[in-house]
Amino acid sequence: MNRHHALFYWSGFAVVIALLVVAPFVLPEFWRRFLTEMLIWGLLAMSSDLLIGYTGMVSFGHSAFFGLGMYGAAAALLLVAPPNLWLALLFGLIAAAAVAGFVAYFSTRLRDIYFAITTLIFSQIFYVVIFTWTSLTGGENGLTFTRPRLAVPGLFSVAFTPRVLHWFVLAVVAASYLLLRRITQSPFGMVLQSIRENEARTRAIGYPVERYKIMAVMLSGLFAGLAGVLYALQNEYAAPDFVFFVVSGEVVIYNVIGGIGTLVGPILGAAFFLLLREVLSRFFTEFYLIPLGVIFVAIVMFMPQGLLGFARRWLNR
Amino acid sequence: MGVSFAQLVIQTLNGIVSGMILALVASGLTLIFGIMDVVNFAHGEFLMLGAYIGVLTFAVTGSFWFSLIVASAAIAVFGALVYLTTLRPLLGRDPLTTILATFGLSLVLQNYALWQFGPVARKLPEPFGGAIELFYLDYPLYRLMIAALSGAIIGGFWLFLKFGKWGIWIRATTQDRVMAQAMGIPVPWVLMGVFAIGSAMAGASGVLFAPMVGVDHAMGFDWILRAFIVVVVGGMGSLGGSVAAAIFISLLEAYASLWVSPAQAVIVSFVVLILTLLFRPTGLFVPTRR
Repeated sequence: MNRHHALFYWSGFAVVIALLVVAPFVLPEFWRRFLTEMLIWGLLAMSSDLLIGYTGMVSFGHSAFFGLGMYGAAAALLLVAPPNLWLALLFGLIAAAAVAGFVAYFSTRLRDIYFAITTLIFSQIFYVVIFTWTSLTGGENGLTFTRPRLAVPGLFSVAFTPRVLHWFVLAVVAASYLLLRRITQSPFGMVLQSIRENEARTRAIGYPVERYKIMAVMLSGLFAGLAGVLYALQNEYAAPDFVFFVVSGEVVIYNVIGGIGTLVGPILGAAFFLLLREVLSRFFTEFYLIPLGVIFVAIVMFMPQGLLGFARRWLNR
Repeated sequence: MGVSFAQLVIQTLNGIVSGMILALVASGLTLIFGIMDVVNFAHGEFLMLGAYIGVLTFAVTGSFWFSLIVASAAIAVFGALVYLTTLRPLLGRDPLTTILATFGLSLVLQNYALWQFGPVARKLPEPFGGAIELFYLDYPLYRLMIAALSGAIIGGFWLFLKFGKWGIWIRATTQDRVMAQAMGIPVPWVLMGVFAIGSAMAGASGVLFAPMVGVDHAMGFDWILRAFIVVVVGGMGSLGGSVAAAIFISLLEAYASLWVSPAQAVIVSFVVLILTLLFRPTGLFVPTRR
């Protein structure tokens, strides 16, 4: 990494973060909320990029990790009194990691399309379980709870106003981005990328490919669970709709639109998708998926690198 | 809860009937995958569109059998168009791009159907009544007929693959696309034909199944998910494996729904899938590796 590149990269990073920090002062409440949600979906998409973009495995099951993060947080907030933010995070992450470990163990035995289908089917298992286990999960109605306070014992304690929540989400997403970037550039991340490029050769060199894949799925699931916790905090409910496969499909769409293997691309893709949905749904009401689907197919066909694909090398340096 | 012999027999029959329809859906999917390396995520939507076309044709003509033929033909043409516009440009690329493209397509079709036909389920009457007396209930003859007809379509298709000129071309293309081309087989036409046939099978199963459940815009998804399970368990690209797996899984689900609700019975087929992955992770994926 030369100094020129580093200077541009980090100043660009700082500018984006600064803009996102001041955004809640400028934006009206509707768009503030929109921006916060966009960041959360971006985190979910970014977690999936670790698999799609860096390991070469397309997961159609990220809704399971996301949803379990939500329900884990819900469990902590409903069962423990008084509700504690850090416990919610912990519960959400544990739930997501447990599910991710389970899914990873089975699905990484398969490659390519089979992996995609298997993750899809696994996420549907969790959907059916959550949907039908009404006594525990509230079934179709989901669970509602109240937001805990943002508190560090002995230091400070503030209520989660919309602005505080936005900054909290921003901090988590930014930290996750830096962490994921570090992971993809680490020797571990290099092995993942070599699995993407040539799995057989990676195995031949002597890397235990299966173990790396399981690790990748679990890490990815962990970040997806984190996104789920944030979403639960933002909306104060957990619902089975978020475990349904459509969410997984949208995550893949974010990745493809934004450009896989860039980490920021998926966030941009999520922003683009959500904005487009906002605009299109004003003309097409609830049928916005018709034009959106057409645009998505066109991007798959004519712009397979996505919006940020041209900057892929630069972003990963 | 005790389960009587009668219930067991009835559930066996139910399992075989829905297994045959599932086999028809899955064999279209597996055919398209085995030959073209395309996973058609929109397969369930083809089924749904076929059912709607059946309903519309029936409203005009009043003939179920005519509707079945019209729907199959229309979906075959539609499949060919989808192939030409969307899939053909993607063929040389990573098979995953075809999943993404057909996934986008399925979103479009599903929402189009919702927009065009509304959320209320349409009904298609059974082509003939009649029932056979089975213990305490009258089992509708139509269901048995669906199973037989699905079996006949799959069997006929198998014979076509085995002995027909196009069938031999299709098998040759599966084995080695380049060599087939070199021998003068019009490979692009064969691929289009395969996609059209697979789509027609989805359309036909949509019409056949419509009298049992009603037609709505979301009906495709249930089927595509189960068809995926069947195709993975039976071995992608294997017609016989798909049929066997479809009946096996449907029977298990039918028996399971004696004890739990049908929504939970689906989990049984998920468990079958997990066990398959655990004990025969590669053994079931038959010859399509190139």
